[in-house]
Amino acid sequence: MEDKKNTRVVVGMSGGVDSSVTALLLKQQGYDVVGIFMKNWDDTDENGICTATEDFDDVVRVCNQIDIPYYAVNFEKQYWDKVFTYFLDEYKAGRTPNPDVMCNKEIKFKAFLDHAISLGADYLATGHYAQVQKTGDTYQMIRGVDDNKDQTYFLNQLSQSVLSKVMFPLGHLPKKEVRRIAAENNLATAHKKDSTGICFIGERNFKEFLSEYLPAQPGKMTTLSGVEQGKHEGLMYYTIGQRQGLGIGGAGDPWFVVGKNLKENVLYVEQGFHNDLLYSDGLLATELNWINNEPPKEKFKCTAKFRYRQKDSSVTVIPMEDGKVHVEFDEAERAITPGQAVVFYLDEVCLGGGTIDEIIKNEEYIDYVG
Amino acid sequence: MNPIYLDHAATTPIHPEVIQAMVPVFEEVYGNPSSVHHFGRKARQIIDEARRVIALSINANDKEITFTSGGTEADNIALIGTALANKSKGNHIITTKMEHHATLHAAEYLEKHGFSVSYLDVMENGQVDISQLVTVLTDETILVSIMTVNNETGVIQPIREIGEILKDHQAYFHTDAVQAYGMLELDVEALGVDLLTASSHKINGPKGVGFLFIKNSVKVESLQYGGQQERKRRPGTENVAGIRGFQAAVELVANDREQRLTLYQEYKTFFLQILEKEDVEFSINGDIKNTVASIINISFPGTNVEALLTNFDLSGIAASSGSACTAGSVEPSHVLSAMYGSSNQTTVNSIRFSFGLANTKENIEEAAKKVATIVKRLAIN
Repeated sequence: MEDKKNTRVVVGMSGGVDSSVTALLLKQQGYDVVGIFMKNWDDTDENGICTATEDFDDVVRVCNQIDIPYYAVNFEKQYWDKVFTYFLDEYKAGRTPNPDVMCNKEIKFKAFLDHAISLGADYLATGHYAQVQKTGDTYQMIRGVDDNKDQTYFLNQLSQSVLSKVMFPLGHLPKKEVRRIAAENNLATAHKKDSTGICFIGERNFKEFLSEYLPAQPGKMTTLSGVEQGKHEGLMYYTIGQRQGLGIGGAGDPWFVVGKNLKENVLYVEQGFHNDLLYSDGLLATELNWINNEPPKEKFKCTAKFRYRQKDSSVTVIPMEDGKVHVEFDEAERAITPGQAVVFYLDEVCLGGGTIDEIIKNEEYIDYVG
Repeated sequence: MNPIYLDHAATTPIHPEVIQAMVPVFEEVYGNPSSVHHFGRKARQIIDEARRVIALSINANDKEITFTSGGTEADNIALIGTALANKSKGNHIITTKMEHHATLHAAEYLEKHGFSVSYLDVMENGQVDISQLVTVLTDETILVSIMTVNNETGVIQPIREIGEILKDHQAYFHTDAVQAYGMLELDVEALGVDLLTASSHKINGPKGVGFLFIKNSVKVESLQYGGQQERKRRPGTENVAGIRGFQAAVELVANDREQRLTLYQEYKTFFLQILEKEDVEFSINGDIKNTVASIINISFPGTNVEALLTNFDLSGIAASSGSACTAGSVEPSHVLSAMYGSSNQTTVNSIRFSFGLANTKENIEEAAKKVATIVKRLAIN
């Protein structure tokens, strides 16, 4: 039994209700809790107002309510170098990046974890909906019990050494219960709205944001066979399977993005939600992380998610010699998107994941998805 | 763990005698100083007496002291009030790159409203470059605002020389003496200053009180409108108990300033000796021979402010970087940027330690040893 009073837990606090309750629960359990706010992005507007200031103010109020010390740390430079640069590079390459996965890997559970350890922390806790379980000498990552909130998808790159030092005190709670605990304890953030979207974009218009960093190159929108259907505003603004914002009217089924041709700057569109061109049989994943630190040697069956909050699909994972894997779908999948994460599960256990690099159809990589 | 306070430049503990002086005011004197009856007069007497004592402390006349809510308000009146009242004489203001934000942000406000502001450079020794003052001074200059002692480095500025330069110029000379008042002998006549800011809570008085010395001849426009208080320069019912406390703090300093300074200087020397003995790698920002006894600013190569301050606090050491925070995270120091350039590492690895009433030789020793341990641990990583 560890001595909780002498076990220091640094809680990554965002000013939201989840991390507030995380800190409260740990404090109630008797740990030596320290709250730290991470400032990763400067969005100060012309009036000098910055959402980080508002959020930090909420961190201060909550920490004072539960009587724990609070500090802030600035990772703007690291975030820019490791997350934002990757984010822009992926868009430049015509893919749809997942900055949250990268932020967890490079910032929250690397730079921030190092910072916590430099403060004498035994553990780093966050308000993620996920669970860590130690079996023998191995740490397993288990889905959060709230199916709708489970965040293991974003945590798929965590390693054994990271998991040995993290706590997810909300993993066994439904979100409703977290809100209830916050309200019952009158936490300042009890009724604060959950943040949505990518953290550094926030509520802003995504197109406008991206255009500040990447020049948009408008071009042609055609069917795969080359029939022109209109103009696109820049390939980076579209993702596979997208229906909104194409501006193609007329009779028949609605139009969807089915692919991109980066070289010719052409956006491919086709009609019908269930258009065959949106479906594929498999994918190639790179940058794999296996949470138990044992990359598979043989093919195996499991389930997978290709997007956050999607239902699991049955797949077969086929390891390749270079560490990459082929993933074969039991049933054809719609709108698999390069750049997004593929994350593997065996029942409730998250096995790890990687980045979707190529899409396979009829045993071939298809080139029209970008 | 008893936390040790090494942040007296941020604020100071109230001296017990100051509290003693304030208690009867809270208990007995509730009249409004502006009222024309017995109760009002009692309160007015207290303010008048405090004004007399405080005026004397800087060799000024009673009527030249305007009580404010603190240093920030006094700086704002000094800059904005003076600029607005004298704009017919010109629209140019001179200050420095190392001022407190109370001055810098007031200057930025004036820039937005049509004034032009020159920000003087700061030399590596922490002093303003006065040779530059002569070159930027024009017939349009109406105000020069230069702090007496820098709040981050503790470096004393050449106020008398600046006063001399400005003697025959139309520009008024304001000095923010918040860190100097109580530490240095300040004689407004000898220094040649027209406006001077001071604050109570930096000298063991209560928070929420300060004053602005405004020389008789200086025209100042009020930033606030209401009653007749403070010759309309700062209307609003006076903080009577606070002003009484401020007076008590000023009297205490007048009595034992030399002893205090000797003691704080000993703490500073002792603190540095221990760091040296513990083989800590450090350098001092600004010319230490020219600093006030209570402040020392130290750069620890290979570390960063946030990790240092957080580690210090978790070990019970209260210090500061002296500079601004946004969303709780410490911005690189604008003072050290002015001295060394904004890319210099000292701007992100320096800590201000400031000594005072809350210290003893024992807690200085304990603090220095803890600082040494933390710095050595962080500098390796």
